Amino acid sequence: MFDYATLRVIWWALLGTLLIGFAIMDGFDFGVAGLLKVLGRDNEERKVLLEGIEPTWEGNQVWFILAGGATFAAWPMLYAVSFSGMYFAIALVLLALILRPVGFNFRGKIHDPRWASLWDWVLTGSGLTVMLVAGIAFGNLFLGLPFRFDDDLRMNWHGGFLDLLHPFALLCGLVSLGMLLAHGACFAALKADHAIAVRAVAIARWTTLTFAALYVLAGVWLAYGIPGYAIAGPVLTEGVSNPLYKQVAIGGSWFAGYLQYPWFWAAPLLALAAAVGVQVLIGRRSTAGFIASSVMVGSTIASAGFALFPFLLPSSLDPRSSLTVWDASSSRGTLQLMLLVTLVLLPIVILYTGWVYRVMRGRVTLEQVRKAHGGY
Amino acid sequence: MILIDTDVVTLSRLQFALTALYHFLFVPLTLGLVWMLAIMESVYVMTGREVWKRMVQFWGVLFGINFAMGVATGVTMEFQFGMNWAYYSHYVGDIFGAPLAIEGLMAFFLEATLIGVFFMGWERISRVKHLLVTWFLALGTSLSALWILIANAWMQHPVDSEFNPATMRMEVTSFSEVFFNPVAQEKFVHTVSAGYVLGAMFVLSISAWYLLRGRNVDFAKRSMTVAASFGLAAALSVVVLGDASGYTVSLNQKMKMAAIEAMWHTEPAPAAFTLFGLPDVQQRTTHYAVKIPWVMGLIGTHSIDQTMPGIAELVDAAKGRIGNGIQAYDAMLMLRQDKDNAQAKATLAAHDKDLGYALLLKKYVDDPRQATPADIQRAADSTIPNVPVLFWAFRIMVGCGFYFIALFAFSFWKASTRTLDSQRWYLRLALWSLPLPWVAIELGWIVAEYGRQPWAIEGVLPTALGVSSVSAGQVLTSLGGFVFFYTALAIVDVFLMLKFVRKGPDGLGIWPPAIAATPSGQH
Repeated sequence: MFDYATLRVIWWALLGTLLIGFAIMDGFDFGVAGLLKVLGRDNEERKVLLEGIEPTWEGNQVWFILAGGATFAAWPMLYAVSFSGMYFAIALVLLALILRPVGFNFRGKIHDPRWASLWDWVLTGSGLTVMLVAGIAFGNLFLGLPFRFDDDLRMNWHGGFLDLLHPFALLCGLVSLGMLLAHGACFAALKADHAIAVRAVAIARWTTLTFAALYVLAGVWLAYGIPGYAIAGPVLTEGVSNPLYKQVAIGGSWFAGYLQYPWFWAAPLLALAAAVGVQVLIGRRSTAGFIASSVMVGSTIASAGFALFPFLLPSSLDPRSSLTVWDASSSRGTLQLMLLVTLVLLPIVILYTGWVYRVMRGRVTLEQVRKAHGGY
Repeated sequence: MILIDTDVVTLSRLQFALTALYHFLFVPLTLGLVWMLAIMESVYVMTGREVWKRMVQFWGVLFGINFAMGVATGVTMEFQFGMNWAYYSHYVGDIFGAPLAIEGLMAFFLEATLIGVFFMGWERISRVKHLLVTWFLALGTSLSALWILIANAWMQHPVDSEFNPATMRMEVTSFSEVFFNPVAQEKFVHTVSAGYVLGAMFVLSISAWYLLRGRNVDFAKRSMTVAASFGLAAALSVVVLGDASGYTVSLNQKMKMAAIEAMWHTEPAPAAFTLFGLPDVQQRTTHYAVKIPWVMGLIGTHSIDQTMPGIAELVDAAKGRIGNGIQAYDAMLMLRQDKDNAQAKATLAAHDKDLGYALLLKKYVDDPRQATPADIQRAADSTIPNVPVLFWAFRIMVGCGFYFIALFAFSFWKASTRTLDSQRWYLRLALWSLPLPWVAIELGWIVAEYGRQPWAIEGVLPTALGVSSVSAGQVLTSLGGFVFFYTALAIVDVFLMLKFVRKGPDGLGIWPPAIAATPSGQH
């Protein structure tokens, strides 16, 4: 069907698509959860917010599970190195994800304000944790991670959790936090009772503004303060998946790709344009505002992925151990089969997801929540 | 090259075993209960009788609590391969990752997307559409089990893959055999049937409790009738297909089979089945064995003239494979120096099926080529799994299976003759049988997974080599976290389950409709 190099590029794009799908779909659930205590001033208001995401959050989270599974299948080394290397960071995210399903289900099962408040805090905390840690982890990709492979391709990691907290990575964590809080606020503006929606609009505006400022700052820092990685010598796009067969030079610019392929610039420009779009639209037409914030989320992630290309996971310890699109993939047969499966199944998933959103459409009002006393 | 830290191996295995066994407290209940919901709702749509809808809503509340726990603990399983079994993930991700990813795309997406509509869509879509949602939800859960078990079956019987020395990993040669692995099909039917038995027992036991209390009588009798018929079919299938599964194990995992039977030496065909006995690992014999002639040969080979190899003979065979594996290992290292070395290529091609056996030596020596005869003996002995544990786990599981057939057959007879609440001892028996399917199911996993040791991938990758390069302290910390949070969640889960069972359809205002305050049974 396709040659190996093309399949690898397609799978790089698919990995990006799944991450973007995760950030857009699950991102607003995390955002709403993170803002739960700010947007919802009492138990009933928080119930409105939660009921807005309750029917669909579980399906949304599968984007993340799928991104993990697809990474395992298509980029096994990326999966193995990142999950075991950033052990405690991943464990934190895992804890957050474990507590969410039970949080949503258990919260309304005992009618006691302290019980509800406990789970409100759990959901808020888990939302904030995932948004922050995801951004910090992504930021670390640009700094390079401290790992190397031995001849058996067993990975060794020389660093701990605290080493991930470099100022640039923390900035990326804040970019991610601002972006997804804004996205969550846009969803609340669309879905929640008008009394809450008004508040959500205000929060969406200033979080978007903060995000845009931090995003530009991170870009400038990346351009002037952080050395880029580049494959030295011939680039074997059809080569075997063994990172040790190449050489890597550090010291260039992470924007080298942007110079080589000027159309990359579309991503960051679109992200900033969408941020402006959120400002203009969210107060008037919340659906359009939410679409704008979705575009903002998607193009922000794309802009970071473009800068890294062809790197997936650079190694600061032993640069030639870095994982790239050309030497960290599964075999050609696996990439091909998984592409076929994805092309058949993903459209079906999108179809029934769309149907569910249509069935559950409409604002969740305070009156509704009061009438259902207790709710699910 | 570094020797593997045995503490990391032990702790990682412990963590995986605990989280997997814990996860599998919830999954089979989801698998079984959802089909009961689908049956009940089908009756509702066909007959239009409100009580059946209310049954779906009441059992649905319990289903929802359990489903949340299943989802929460399932994420751990996916994360853990990368976190704690990084070399495993690298070594077999090319094959093993695919069914996991397909599970997400084909099954988990379906169930997770529809669960919200199942609970919150009663008033928003037509009856038939809601019924379809429930059926697709049920389908999603079973498909999910199918793909996970395809992945697991490949660990038991790694078909159609070969070692690639350039990438230092196993790569797929054909996915069709991975997906249509005979082990996968038998495992799937056996496992989902076990889940159906659990779902049926859950409904049967709780309904029996209502009858004992004289509460929700109509509601409970109807529920019991569904549970009895569904449970009988499931119990028959779990035992019959368990036999098929045993047959496949005897073909592909001879050592596991010999350990289950504590068959220390090859016996003349057809071998006898040891009903009871005390396996003695030191002396390699089974004391006080009560044997039934012929039965083992019939189960294991479906014939009377084929022998089944005993443990001692399999250890000898392993020694031979270790020798071949060392040659393959040597060839692999030569290819690393010169990838065009034709002689090394030929040697590797001849012995790559035994490469995994050389890797068993890595527990004792850095370089398998330097292994002494004593090392080789130790490695060969290490291929024997824990015989007494497998022997007993298997027998208790099978005993439970036959008990389930009897109980559900009796329940079915009582339901047919409309005498479900005529004898209190029967209701008590049904109530107190509730934990047994869980016991059988967990023991089944122990037989399957503990019985595969020392392999992560049978004959290909020893478990000890699969671990990540993390420290024992890291794993201990995460293990402690799991124990803490999982215990807390278990307490909340049991508390909520008991709370809603005690409240019952009457207390929740779900049934009877006369005192139902709101049309919604969703609390």
